[in-house]
Amino acid sequence: MIIGVIEHDRGKLNDLSLQMLTLGRRLADQMNVPLHALLIGEAARPLADGLGAYGVSTVHLAQDDRLDEYAPEAWAQCVVELISAAKPEVVMAAGTDRAHEVLAHVAARTDLPMAANCTEVRPAETLEAPFELTRVRWGGSLLEEAQLTGTVKLLTVAPHAVAAEEVTQAFGGVPAVAAPTFESFSPNLADKDFRVRIAGRVEPDQTKISLADAKVVIGGGRGVGSDEGFKLLEELADLLGGTVGCSRAVTSLGWRPHADQVGLTGVRIAPDVYIACGVSGAIQHMVGCKSAKCVVAINKDPEAPIMAQADYAIIGDLHQVVPAVLEAIKRVSSR
Amino acid sequence: MDILVCVKRVPATGGKITLTPDEREIDTRYASFTISPHEECGVEEALRLVEKHGGTTTVLTLGPAVAADQLRDAMAMGVQRAILLQTDGREWDPGETARAIVEAIEAQRAAGHNFDLLLFGNEAADTGDYQIGIRVAHALDWPCVTGVKALEIKDSTSTNNGSSAKNGSSAKNGSSALCRRESSGGWEIFEIDLPAVITVKEGINLPRYPTVPGRLKAKKAPIETMSVQSNENGLRMVRLKLPPAEGQKGEILGRGPEAAPGLVEVLQKLGVIAS
Repeated sequence: MIIGVIEHDRGKLNDLSLQMLTLGRRLADQMNVPLHALLIGEAARPLADGLGAYGVSTVHLAQDDRLDEYAPEAWAQCVVELISAAKPEVVMAAGTDRAHEVLAHVAARTDLPMAANCTEVRPAETLEAPFELTRVRWGGSLLEEAQLTGTVKLLTVAPHAVAAEEVTQAFGGVPAVAAPTFESFSPNLADKDFRVRIAGRVEPDQTKISLADAKVVIGGGRGVGSDEGFKLLEELADLLGGTVGCSRAVTSLGWRPHADQVGLTGVRIAPDVYIACGVSGAIQHMVGCKSAKCVVAINKDPEAPIMAQADYAIIGDLHQVVPAVLEAIKRVSSR
Repeated sequence: MDILVCVKRVPATGGKITLTPDEREIDTRYASFTISPHEECGVEEALRLVEKHGGTTTVLTLGPAVAADQLRDAMAMGVQRAILLQTDGREWDPGETARAIVEAIEAQRAAGHNFDLLLFGNEAADTGDYQIGIRVAHALDWPCVTGVKALEIKDSTSTNNGSSAKNGSSAKNGSSALCRRESSGGWEIFEIDLPAVITVKEGINLPRYPTVPGRLKAKKAPIETMSVQSNENGLRMVRLKLPPAEGQKGEILGRGPEAAPGLVEVLQKLGVIAS
């Protein structure tokens, strides 16, 4: 069987787990094995029934009162116990920080190899043979074809590599299982499995537009010239109901805080429009705005890499272009 | 406290990646190399912690002989000692890399160097395996928090100056680390006892630039080199490939301020402003 480890935070499902199950379902069909899911902690119990629509035939629930708050080693031990009890061929999870953490602990405890952020998985004829897979490097700017060995194949699925699809849509009219078989178990968890456990939280500030969720992002690169220069971009962002982001060069220069950084080691944005001003377009930056519906580049260098990758480009000095854009928007809005 | 930072040498990619003809590496003929970004912040964090709490800093990398450049970069920032686990340059599987690091830590321990804290990057910029720190923590039976963007060490009152090689760490008994990491716009807080492994993310600090005297000193500093070999890779790279090109985009709206109305039209078309 294939076991998908479902990620949730105090019972709230992470939707990337449904993408993972979709890839898992396709793999299970190819291998002719069932797809199971693992839920960890009582708070996740209500999620069980909904997983049937994604082709899950059995849901396992790990129960222990101490699992009411996230603890990576305890989560990993739940997976390890299910592996020894159920003997799956594959264990997979979504490619999130939390799931990478859990699966890496599983890999360490079982001494198995693990492949992170896979986009395609091709099973082998026999269990002993390695799987062929494709995974992402450099945040998606490069793909790697790899072989994964191990008696149990451990892998995570890159976010947005596949769209989440319910069984009825994806698998030729085979009716979805209404409710999967439900089995709960009490893993043997030691106190030590809880030595790393969330001890406190700071809830997000709901009043602020987060960069990850903003519909409009105005980005600034080295070409902005100074921290003062960002006032112009702030003005444009305010006018369009958006927020300001920046490139790594800018945070390295100390002009903006790292929380504003778009890219591989910063925030991944997905706005309706991203207007990049004075950003050259290094790949580390471009992977961060790959999900933007429309990218507009304003840059005085027509040869800057971003100019070919943007949907629209204006060749010119942002210090002249942006004020003109502000004027033009105000003119249209006041009509 | 005695801190070991593990770093990786990666190419400094610009606007475009090109591959070597055998499709097994990034073509770096014209590229420079750097410490992977999360790990550069690990180096900075180690320096700041030692400036505040006292102790020593050591940097370690696994890679080809030229990876000594990145060790010297870290020493130019202020790190005192450097260890190179020298390979033949081929890429290693994360499980094998972790095993070699653990062996090196044990060799250091046998030589009287006991670390209280191991810092890693959350994931390497190139391979993005997300597991080496955790594998090392497991082998040492130390706790591990990943993705940390704010770190505070709380010293215990009872200090233990001698290195107690028996328990594998010179940590002052009772020292703990308060770690914060981002989680969907908010923060998760963890508190763990030392010795521990912590993997950090860029943004935890802004790394300093090396000074000129620092560079000169680093140039001559000794590097402890150990030759290491990989047994078997459970995850094997077969070849690299570039993602399919998304086609030439880049409709030029115009030059200079005169192009502004064209952008307004685009924004109207997208529904960002009313038409």
